[in-house]
Amino acid sequence: MDCVVTGGNVKVLAKAIHSLSRIGDELYVEPQEDGLALRSVNSSRSAYACFLFAPLFFSRYTVPGGHTFRCKMAIKSVQAVFRSLASLEKTVEKCHIELDEQKNRLTFTLHCKHGLLKTHNLSFQDSESLQAVFDKDSYANVFRSHPRLLVDTVVHFPPSLEEVTVSVSDERMWVRNHVEEEDQSKAMLTELCLASDEFDHFAVQTHNSVTFCLKELRGLLVFAESTGLPISMYFDEPGSPVVLSVTDSVLEGNFVLATLSDDPNKRKNNSRRAHTPPPPPDDFMNDDIDAYLIAMDTSIAPGPSATGPPTTPLAASTCSKQPAAANHRTRLYSEEEEEEEEEETADSAGPPNKKFCSLFFGSVLPPSSQMTTQPVTSQEVLASDSEDDEQ
Amino acid sequence: MPLSTQSQADDEQYVLVASMDNARNLSNILKAITFKDHAIFSATPNGLKVTVEDSKCLQANAFIQAEIFQEFTIKEDLVGFQVNLTVLLDCLSIFGGSTVPGVSTALRMCYKGYGYPLTLFLEEGGVVTVCKINTQEPEEPIDFEFCSNNVTNKVILLSESLKEAFSELDMTSEVLQITMSPSQPYFRLSTFGNSGNAHYDYPKDSEMMELFKCTKTQTNRYKMSLLKPSTKALALSCKVSVRTDIRGFLSLQYLVRNDDGQICFVEYYCCPDEEVEEE
Repeated sequence: MDCVVTGGNVKVLAKAIHSLSRIGDELYVEPQEDGLALRSVNSSRSAYACFLFAPLFFSRYTVPGGHTFRCKMAIKSVQAVFRSLASLEKTVEKCHIELDEQKNRLTFTLHCKHGLLKTHNLSFQDSESLQAVFDKDSYANVFRSHPRLLVDTVVHFPPSLEEVTVSVSDERMWVRNHVEEEDQSKAMLTELCLASDEFDHFAVQTHNSVTFCLKELRGLLVFAESTGLPISMYFDEPGSPVVLSVTDSVLEGNFVLATLSDDPNKRKNNSRRAHTPPPPPDDFMNDDIDAYLIAMDTSIAPGPSATGPPTTPLAASTCSKQPAAANHRTRLYSEEEEEEEEEETADSAGPPNKKFCSLFFGSVLPPSSQMTTQPVTSQEVLASDSEDDEQ
Repeated sequence: MPLSTQSQADDEQYVLVASMDNARNLSNILKAITFKDHAIFSATPNGLKVTVEDSKCLQANAFIQAEIFQEFTIKEDLVGFQVNLTVLLDCLSIFGGSTVPGVSTALRMCYKGYGYPLTLFLEEGGVVTVCKINTQEPEEPIDFEFCSNNVTNKVILLSESLKEAFSELDMTSEVLQITMSPSQPYFRLSTFGNSGNAHYDYPKDSEMMELFKCTKTQTNRYKMSLLKPSTKALALSCKVSVRTDIRGFLSLQYLVRNDDGQICFVEYYCCPDEEVEEE
C-alpha cells in the first residue's frame, strides 16, 4: 500500500485514529480496493468501530492487487505519529503512508513546515480480519443530527458516567444516565429531552429505549465535531447494538456498540428458546450460533466490508436472509448460554447482564492458535446454518 | 527599605554580594538545570556559574552574567560553594513566585566565605524573609574537555522546531540518536522504541536552521534519561546550538531571554552512550 494524505485530511485521519483509540488498544489496518479500512474493537468485544477512507480521500492511493493484506498494531504507536493534534493542521503539509510487507513495517512520513521530515517506522503483526456484521438499514429507529446537538447533550453527564439510556417516542428522544437498580436510591438522575425538530432526521418505528456505553460515543463525537459531519444513530430494541455513523463522500465511520438487555423476562424466554436443543458443551464453534450479529470473519478470502458503502455486505446479507424477528430475538446470548450452562440452577431470571462483555463476538473469536489452524471457511454461513438447524 | 538598611559594615564581611530586582530571573534559569539536588556555584567578576552533574555523564551549566544583577560585588577572583539547589529554588519562590506583572521579589544574595551559609534576603511588598542555606564543600566540576577546536559538527536551530520534536519523542526509546552530516540526512534525531523507530530530519536550508556547519558524518547515541532534563532548558530558550566533537561528546547551548529581555546561557554536556558503527 502506498498512499498520500494532504492538507486538512491529515487531521481528519489523525482524529479518526484518536477516536478509534477510545474503543480498543489495537488498530486493524486493511488496505482494500475501495479504500483504507481502519478498525478497532474493545477487549470485551462489545464495541467495534470502523473507518473507511475512500481512495478519493487520498491524493494518491494504490493497493497491490491480487491479495489481501491485513495487519494490526498498538494504536498508541499510531497515535504517537499524530501526537500534536492541535498543531497538526498548521505544521503538517503531507502525510505519506507506506506499507512494506517485506520489511514488515508501516511507515508514516510527515512532511512538515520548514522542511522538517518526520518518519515513523511502525512494526505490526499480521491479523485476522476484523469485521462486525450488522445491518443498520434494517433498524427501526433512525436519527440524524449535527454533532453539536449530541455534544451539548453529552456534556451534561460527568466523565465518570459509564452508560446512558436513550429512549424515544414519536416526537422526542430522552437521554439519561443509566443507574443500576441497586444504586438507584443514592444516585442522581439526569435526563435530557430532545425534540424531534432538533434532528435533521427523526424516524421512530418502535418506542424503545437502549442503554450503551458513553465512552465510545464521546470518541465518535470528537471526530464528528472536528469534521462537522452529521451523526446518524440507528437502534432497535434493548440488546441489539446501536450503530452510530458518520458519512461523507470520501469517508464512512461506523461505531457499533452493545446495548444492555434490561428486560429479564424477555431475556429468560429468549435464552430458553436458544437453548433448545442445548448446544454441545465442548463444541467451541457452536457456541457462537446466536452471536452472528457481529462476527469475526476469519476467512482468508477477501471479505467485503460490512461497513463499506458501495457493496452490499455479504455478511449482512447472510443475516438478512433470516427473518428479522428471529435476528432480534435470539441474538447476543452466547455469553449467557455459557453462564447458564455453568449454573443451571441459578436464578431463573438469568445472571444480571450489567456488563456488555462478549455480547457479540466474544465467543466467536477463536483463540489465535485455532484461528490459524482451523480451516474455517466462513463463519457467517456456519452461524446461519446452525441457526437454521435449531429453529 | 529593608534591603537598603543593610549597613555598610555588614556588607564588608561578605566576599560575594549579588542583588537583583526580580528573583525570577535567577530562579527561572536555575530551573533549567534542576535535575539533581547538588549545585556547584562558582562566582567570578564576570558573573555566576551554576553547575549540576549526573552520573559523571551529564553536566549542565547556567551562566548568569554580572550585568544581570543590579549589584554584583566580589572580593576574590573565584568564590566557590555548593548548596542544595532544590532548597535554594524553594527559597527564591518563598513569596509564591507570582508571575503577575509588576509584582516581583527582590533578592540580595550574600556569602561570607568558606564555612558560612548562603544568606538570601528576599523582599516583596515590604515583607522581608531571610533564608540561610548551609553550604557544602565545593566539588570540582568534571572537565568534559569539550573544546571548540575539536568540534566536528555544529548546527544552530530555533528552539521552536526542536521543542516540537522533543515533545513528541518516543520515551520508550532508551536512547536518542543524533546524526549530523554534511550530506543527507544533515541533522537527524532518531528513537528506537517499543513500537518501531522514528526519525526527525531537519534539512540544512530550513528557515529553522540558523547555522549549519557539519564537516563529517557522525552518528552518536545518548541516553534518553540523561537528555530528558535538557528539555527544561529548551522550553525556556529561543535558540539552541548543537555541537559534537571528535569523541562524540554532545554540547547543547541554549540562549535564554529573561523577563527583562536580557540574555543568559545554559549549557549541557553529555557523553555518548556507545560507539555506533558508521553506515
